[in-house]
Amino acid sequence: MADTIADTRRLFSKPQNINDAYGPPSNFLEIDVSNPETIGVGRTRYTTYEVRLKTNLPIFKLKESSVRRRYSDFEWLRAELERESKVVVPPLPGKALFRQLPFRGDDGIFDDSFIEERRQALEHFLNKVAGHPLAQNERCLHMFLQDESVDKTYTPSKIRQA
Amino acid sequence: MSFFGFGQSADIDIVLNDAETRKKAEHKTEDGRKDKYFLFYDGETVSGKVNVTLKYPGKRLEHNGIKIEFVGQIELYYDRGNHHEFVSLVKDLARPGELTQSQAFDFEFTHVEKPYESYTGQNVKLRYFLRATVSRRLNDISKELDLVVHTLSSYPELNSSIKMEVGIEDCLHIEFEYNKSKYHLKDVIVGKIYFLLVRIKIKHMEIDIIKRETTGTGPNVYHENDTIAKYEIMDGAPVRGESIPIRLFLAGYEMTPSMRDINKKYSVRYYLNLVLIDEEERRYFKQQEITLWRKGDIVRKSMSHQAIMASQRFESSSHPETTPTQSQEEDS
Repeated sequence: MADTIADTRRLFSKPQNINDAYGPPSNFLEIDVSNPETIGVGRTRYTTYEVRLKTNLPIFKLKESSVRRRYSDFEWLRAELERESKVVVPPLPGKALFRQLPFRGDDGIFDDSFIEERRQALEHFLNKVAGHPLAQNERCLHMFLQDESVDKTYTPSKIRQA
Repeated sequence: MSFFGFGQSADIDIVLNDAETRKKAEHKTEDGRKDKYFLFYDGETVSGKVNVTLKYPGKRLEHNGIKIEFVGQIELYYDRGNHHEFVSLVKDLARPGELTQSQAFDFEFTHVEKPYESYTGQNVKLRYFLRATVSRRLNDISKELDLVVHTLSSYPELNSSIKMEVGIEDCLHIEFEYNKSKYHLKDVIVGKIYFLLVRIKIKHMEIDIIKRETTGTGPNVYHENDTIAKYEIMDGAPVRGESIPIRLFLAGYEMTPSMRDINKKYSVRYYLNLVLIDEEERRYFKQQEITLWRKGDIVRKSMSHQAIMASQRFESSSHPETTPTQSQEEDS
């Protein structure tokens, strides 16, 4: 015996605005970590990476920005986010202390393949973090991504949207 | 069990009077198997025969009475010793004496109240059964016949839709709508998700049906969550103004009606969980309770009968008799 056939017609919804449908999406956020450069000589050498951001999210003050950061800056950002926010912060690529030991056959932490590996992992880390709605509220993230330099003596705070 | 091997014993068999015609329903047992049992509804009479068959014909069976009970009980798995009987009816079939030959005893429990639906869950079981017992001095002989009871409801008078706007400030705003708040077990959930603001990168969206069984009271409350269904409703990134339809057929899933505080011992509630997953595998979800109820076939049977009467009234006698077949009920 057949049951009464249920009404499965779609619920009514407003037709979509053409601009909304075909315009740029509101969630555009692209972060690249590239152009590694080793600065300095001898024991005090270190590598910096270009961190480039392109976005249309209103929470970012600059819609395009480019800064240079080194590995310890990433470590600082991760520690700040862990302490200040409720975000479960993804891990960074390793410190590779063993690569800093003397008498290695290769260039240690300035080895091209190592830098490339690290660059990829740092890019992955930033993309994961910058897209997190809670991390986007943290001053430290914005300072890391868009300020000329990282001021480690800053006062942690949350971003308030106008 | 009988001493010295040659004591008289008997086999008991309980047979319902309407065993031929009564429908059977599938019901899960505690170890996960599915068996079929006779299906009863509240108020129906339970009647039949108890057949006592002597093991050794010719020998007498002495007994302290033969009776049959109709029992409805709740068993909490963490408190197995205590069965809570909410229905307990007894009929005496024979006074203490002896049986010289195998015998059948008639019984009838008239219009028995069966207030709750049979339920086998993770931490609790509610069951109905007949138990025939031949009492003896040293050891009783008994036999149980499990029955299954379904509770039926009629179409709810009030069945408002669920419509709500939820989100994360400045990141994600959606409005979800489900066409009803009360669904019967063969119903269809028709709904939509309307995106008001999308500043995160969504990868896909699904709707889950979650069953939560709650047992115990006070400090000893146990919740068991079980995801009955996961149904993807969107694959890809939506933008503002987009509307995603939902059409989820419930008949394909094994579910029970919602049960609220059954005999103050347990509850079974159902929730729709809307889950959005972004490109970094972060999950955003909104849970909403729905009420499930069981629709009866009984209503339709009586309507078919009315249809027969109506058609006989208006048809001329030269027409062949038409049996009403797939008669569609009008939505009132």
